[in-house]
Amino acid sequence: MRVVHYLNQFFGGRGGEEAADMAPHIQDGAVGPGRLLEQVFGNDAHIVHTIIAGDNYAAENLEMLTELVVKQVKAAHAELFVAGPCFEAGRYGLVAGALCKAVQSALGIPVVTGMAGENPGVDLYRQELYIVDSGASVSAMRDVLSKMGRIATKLAHHQDIGRPTDEGYIPRGMLHDEFVEQTAAERMVQMLVAKTAGGPFESEFTPPAFAAVPAPAPVADLSKARVVIVTDGGLVPKGNPDNISPYAATNWGAYDISALDDLQGENYEVSHRGYDTRYVEQDPDRLVPVDALRDLEKAGIVGKVHDRFISTSGLANPLANSRRLGHEIAEKLKQEGVDAVILTST
Amino acid sequence: MQVTSVLPVAKMVGSNRVVQGGGIVHVFGDPDLPPEEEKKLRQTILLQAFEALKKQADAS
Repeated sequence: MRVVHYLNQFFGGRGGEEAADMAPHIQDGAVGPGRLLEQVFGNDAHIVHTIIAGDNYAAENLEMLTELVVKQVKAAHAELFVAGPCFEAGRYGLVAGALCKAVQSALGIPVVTGMAGENPGVDLYRQELYIVDSGASVSAMRDVLSKMGRIATKLAHHQDIGRPTDEGYIPRGMLHDEFVEQTAAERMVQMLVAKTAGGPFESEFTPPAFAAVPAPAPVADLSKARVVIVTDGGLVPKGNPDNISPYAATNWGAYDISALDDLQGENYEVSHRGYDTRYVEQDPDRLVPVDALRDLEKAGIVGKVHDRFISTSGLANPLANSRRLGHEIAEKLKQEGVDAVILTST
Repeated sequence: MQVTSVLPVAKMVGSNRVVQGGGIVHVFGDPDLPPEEEKKLRQTILLQAFEALKKQADAS
């Protein structure tokens, strides 16, 4: 099996933080952890190229690096792409995840990486990739590479990958059908009994993990601040001009309220199938409180109500999609000089 | 900051500043109130939202 391996400057033996601006370097054969990876694979795999780049360079030029890596992997006729393992190194993890995702979707070959659960790359890419749980300690390198090798071999031979706990990767949130002896009720009662008694049990459902969000600084002077209302409750002008889907929405809209002191039900509708929308349709101020906000603007308590409100439908939306919408909205509002957001959620 | 009546969800996803709304299906309202009272309720919730915006908040 022909393998291309990606490493950062540190694991590629080029230096620490002082070498983090290093431009990509392509080297024949295995380097550092790659040698160990070949040992783990036995005669089964051969690392044809190792691509090494500095963490800063890679994070700042991700698009360029991705293009280069995909091209290189393709030219090498590689049958497997491996990145890392990255342990807790955040920039490294983000880059490794992005490269694996790009190679996987562009070339359709197996990809595998490894990271500690806290690595920001996990949150972004665990749904799409097999990320071996490396833990934080680099001394586990051999063990981590063994797990990565095992998963890679199975992927290359189109064999089924087992459960995260059995194979050592970070749960991707996938559900598999499986025949079992006990009914759901029996399994649940057993788990509950184990949990109550403080014993071990394994849940069959893992809730999504949310990374900690840093708190934005307080608004220094609200009487000078530009405030915008954003809602995930799906309020849109009659006719839904941006075709915002009532569930799993992929877009958002911005709607002019600069000349309005009060929203009238007859001018709006709600594109959201997750709640009883009658009350908001009757009076949209119940979701986007323009009438009350105008009064506070006139009283000088708040500086300026932004000219538009922003709306999308927050229902049955994959996390990655919601994040993208959030980023887009935040970016736009920053450009427009908004100081504070009031997000109203149904 | 976020105004919602489903506080556990807001906390779960990591909202730093959260104010309780008037109901899941009418975050800024209460259809049982006369219109003027209901608008006052909206103002009250907005003022709470402003207070939250003015205060230092912790990372989630």
